Amino acid sequence: LKVAVIVFPGSNCDHDAYYSFKKILKVDTDFVWHKESNIDSYDLVVLPGGFSYGDYLRCGAIARFSPVMKSVVEHAKKGKLIIGICNGFQILTESGLLPGVLMKNSNRKFVCKDVLLRVENSNTAFTNNCRIGELINIPIAHGEGNYFCNPTELEKLKTNNQVLFRYVDEFGTSDTNSNPNGSIENIAGIINKYGTVLGMMPHPERNADPLIGNSDGLKILKSIINSFGSN
Amino acid sequence: VKAKIKVMLKKSILDPQGKAVLHAIQDMKLGNVEDVRIGKYIEITFKDGKKDAIQIDVDQICNKLLANPVMENYEIEIGEDN
Repeated sequence: LKVAVIVFPGSNCDHDAYYSFKKILKVDTDFVWHKESNIDSYDLVVLPGGFSYGDYLRCGAIARFSPVMKSVVEHAKKGKLIIGICNGFQILTESGLLPGVLMKNSNRKFVCKDVLLRVENSNTAFTNNCRIGELINIPIAHGEGNYFCNPTELEKLKTNNQVLFRYVDEFGTSDTNSNPNGSIENIAGIINKYGTVLGMMPHPERNADPLIGNSDGLKILKSIINSFGSN
Repeated sequence: VKAKIKVMLKKSILDPQGKAVLHAIQDMKLGNVEDVRIGKYIEITFKDGKKDAIQIDVDQICNKLLANPVMENYEIEIGEDN
């Protein structure tokens, strides 16, 4: 199992992702610069958080044209796994690997805090280590995390169980009060229809080291490792 | 030849930046302001080429890069460089 953490100019969560996979989960992990065009040897691609290309034009809009993204799209076509976190999620929607778009937070603020997520589908490569309905505590840090898609897309996402995480309160309720950014139906993370590409705004890699007192993010990262049958 | 492009959020999409500016304008107490929408204005200069061909290229540039069709509309005006 080999993990590629893609590094764009302006990525800033690449080291956290690298640390989580390499040092915590002891998986063979490399940084891969965005100019790279061959990523055939990797099983999992991580598109990390940050501000690729200074968020010029729109978040993720320019990273999408980085040379490595052609190979990332090929990687997806082969049915190999991709996880895009925060800016990575934005890059996935911009490149069309996931539907919808991440707009400016409805409250006009950059939101940086721990939030509770409800796991909506535990039968995926990214959540097999969680229980359905389980609440996990994962930090968010973004100004553009307001997920939106048209009603037809939204219906498809729900029918195919592609909504993986919703923002909720401590009682597991998803409503406007537990919605940190205005996302449609409190959506925090979605997968593609094949279940191989995950995009999520919260940062599991920031909550992956038990040393910091909360390692809920590990549940997601471990699920990915489990899905390769190496557990 | 110059392409002048205007990118605006669709009407149905909330524009938080516009809202913040709206409130600032309302604080100025100038006029009876109802709404503010903020977009982007982009100019692309071409070395040469026919207007029709440029129009087609710019349309693709807008669709793939300058605007996100999920949430934005764009208008293109092709004119002489000035």
